[in-house]
Amino acid sequence: MQYVDEFRDPKYARLIIERINQTLEAIPESRKPLQVMEVCGGHTHTIFKFGIDQLLPDSIEFVHGPGCPVCVLPKSRLDECIAIAENPQVIFCTFGDAIRAPGSSGSLQDARARGADVRIVYSPLDALALAQQNPDREVVFFGLGFETTMPSTAMTLKQAKLNKIDNFSLFCQHITITPTLQCLLEPGDLRLDGFLMPGHVSMIIGSEPYQFIANQYGKPSVITGFEPLDILQALLMLVEQIAEQRCEVENQYKRIVQPQGNQQALIAMQEVFEAQQRSEWRGLGDIENSGIQLNKEYQAFDAEVKFCPEKSTAKDPAECRCGEVLTGRCKPTDCSIFATSCRPDNAIGALMVSSEGACAAYYQYRREEHQ
Amino acid sequence: MSKRITLAHGSGGAAMAQLIQELFVESFSNSYLAKQEDQARLPMGELIAHGEQLAFSTDSYVVDPIFFPGGDIGKLAVCGTANDVAMCGAKPQFLSCGFILEEGLELSVLQQIVCSMAQTAEQAGVAIVTGDTKVVAKGAADKIFINTSGIGVIPSNISWGAEQIEPGDQIIVSGTIADHGATILNLRESLGLDGEIESDCQPLYPIVSALLPISGVKTLRDATRGGVTAIMHEFKQISGYGLEVNEADLPLAPAVRGVCELLGMDPLNFANEGKLIAIVSKGSAEQALQAMRATEAGANAAIIGEVNRSGRITVKGCFGGSRLLDLPSTEPLPRIC
Repeated sequence: MQYVDEFRDPKYARLIIERINQTLEAIPESRKPLQVMEVCGGHTHTIFKFGIDQLLPDSIEFVHGPGCPVCVLPKSRLDECIAIAENPQVIFCTFGDAIRAPGSSGSLQDARARGADVRIVYSPLDALALAQQNPDREVVFFGLGFETTMPSTAMTLKQAKLNKIDNFSLFCQHITITPTLQCLLEPGDLRLDGFLMPGHVSMIIGSEPYQFIANQYGKPSVITGFEPLDILQALLMLVEQIAEQRCEVENQYKRIVQPQGNQQALIAMQEVFEAQQRSEWRGLGDIENSGIQLNKEYQAFDAEVKFCPEKSTAKDPAECRCGEVLTGRCKPTDCSIFATSCRPDNAIGALMVSSEGACAAYYQYRREEHQ
Repeated sequence: MSKRITLAHGSGGAAMAQLIQELFVESFSNSYLAKQEDQARLPMGELIAHGEQLAFSTDSYVVDPIFFPGGDIGKLAVCGTANDVAMCGAKPQFLSCGFILEEGLELSVLQQIVCSMAQTAEQAGVAIVTGDTKVVAKGAADKIFINTSGIGVIPSNISWGAEQIEPGDQIIVSGTIADHGATILNLRESLGLDGEIESDCQPLYPIVSALLPISGVKTLRDATRGGVTAIMHEFKQISGYGLEVNEADLPLAPAVRGVCELLGMDPLNFANEGKLIAIVSKGSAEQALQAMRATEAGANAAIIGEVNRSGRITVKGCFGGSRLLDLPSTEPLPRIC
């Protein structure tokens, strides 16, 4: 299949791995193992699905980063969106991967079983169409995700405003990754040697927003695609930077990512959204400037303004170690509830919910190795 | 007859009698049904001539949408139950058929479905010999639900079963996987791949019949809901052995692969409605494969893996590493059959 098989050719995988091994020889043993954070949950999934970590030498360790929007979705926010979904007037539209994320009294799926009208959509435009088809109902779209999904939410809201569809609103849980990366780099006890940057976020924002990682923190990074050969090639580029003591933001995913990003998408986002002072990330706590909210001109489309759900203060159970996994301080298998009480069919921690979460990936692909 | 189904069509009165006579008896046309007794009377002698054991199975069909590329709920209701009966080597012979109709269903829709059932039954060589019709108030069911039960005779020299599975046995699939699940998903979610994918809904007995003379066949199952993954777990559960599938050997239509790649779903978990998995001893695998490929329904059959002693269900990926193949924890798509 075009654009798939070319990027999964085992012959090239072997060649790249050979070159990674050769390059690693030039790096002093004292620096190893190299800790590489793949920021995006999509990368985590590819690494596990294709067994990329098993193909690499022990001198490279992956740290599974916070770039999975469902994984970092706080329980309190879920409680608030479920409260809106349970309003009998509301048709609540969500992307499929958020429907099982656990709040304090179950997930959106559980709310649906209790009678809430929760529907899975593939695009915010589908939700807008539902609003037009159901003028006597209130349609709320659960806007979740990084810059990858933000432009489509923005474009949908622009259309809603233009066409005066006032029974449509947004529950905004959009977040932005760079303040969180900065936060991860701050404490100092975290030893990361380099980053694989999220390809699809970069498609929108370009490479410029990551420059601080090289300039301020002296860490190399590579914008990376999602196929196995993309990840291997990006790793090679990263290891070469380390071996040559370079510190740059390189772009492996050139077939998709332009250095300046997608201007049209960025303009649409600016027209609709603004930065929020702080936003809570599940497992990581409050992070300044990492949240996104609707700006004044679009406040009429803010579901929280419209429905005023009660603020939730729910927290994860104490035994949950999602935050430590997200920051590379421990592996999913180090958590006492992993695969015992916390399983995909009974997710306690957020990282077990989405297939892109590190715990779900360990559970799905590796758990018997650890039993 | 009125143009829509009303509660009167299930009330036992004149409207129901007319529906049974003019639609069901005429379409399914056979001597058992024509007698219009409360039960079908089946001649034992004819059955006993084929073997000593009856195979008997039942299934209900609630697929949404009721018409889809490659089939409809009626075709599915005949193939699904006939295929369940056939997996033990029995030739499906008789079906019962119960309809639950929603008040307001267009009569032309019911006619189309019944016509499709009659055609499929004829193609599969089964007779629909007894039935029932109920009509429920609007909203109490979604358009039409069908239950079918089927009977066939297991040939006396055949005793397939999953407990016979042994390490080294080969896993054979009778053709491209995931077609039905991908078709329903494409249709329901308007993915825009119209004309490129269609359901594989078809009778499987011709493939089963081709396998009857081959001594190394251990067991067959049709890979419906839960797809190939579910069947592998059933085999593991019964035999205690592990099974490994080679990802590169899976027969997949390009558009179906596209749907799966696009949505990040595993084709091994997708439903089929006209594919079976055969476990065959290593020595007989090639013969079984050729026998399957010689049938129209099995033209794309392929050996996809092997039974081992690991006690685990795994997939060998294109880079050589193995990963666990778990049963999906939630239903990816409700009401697919």
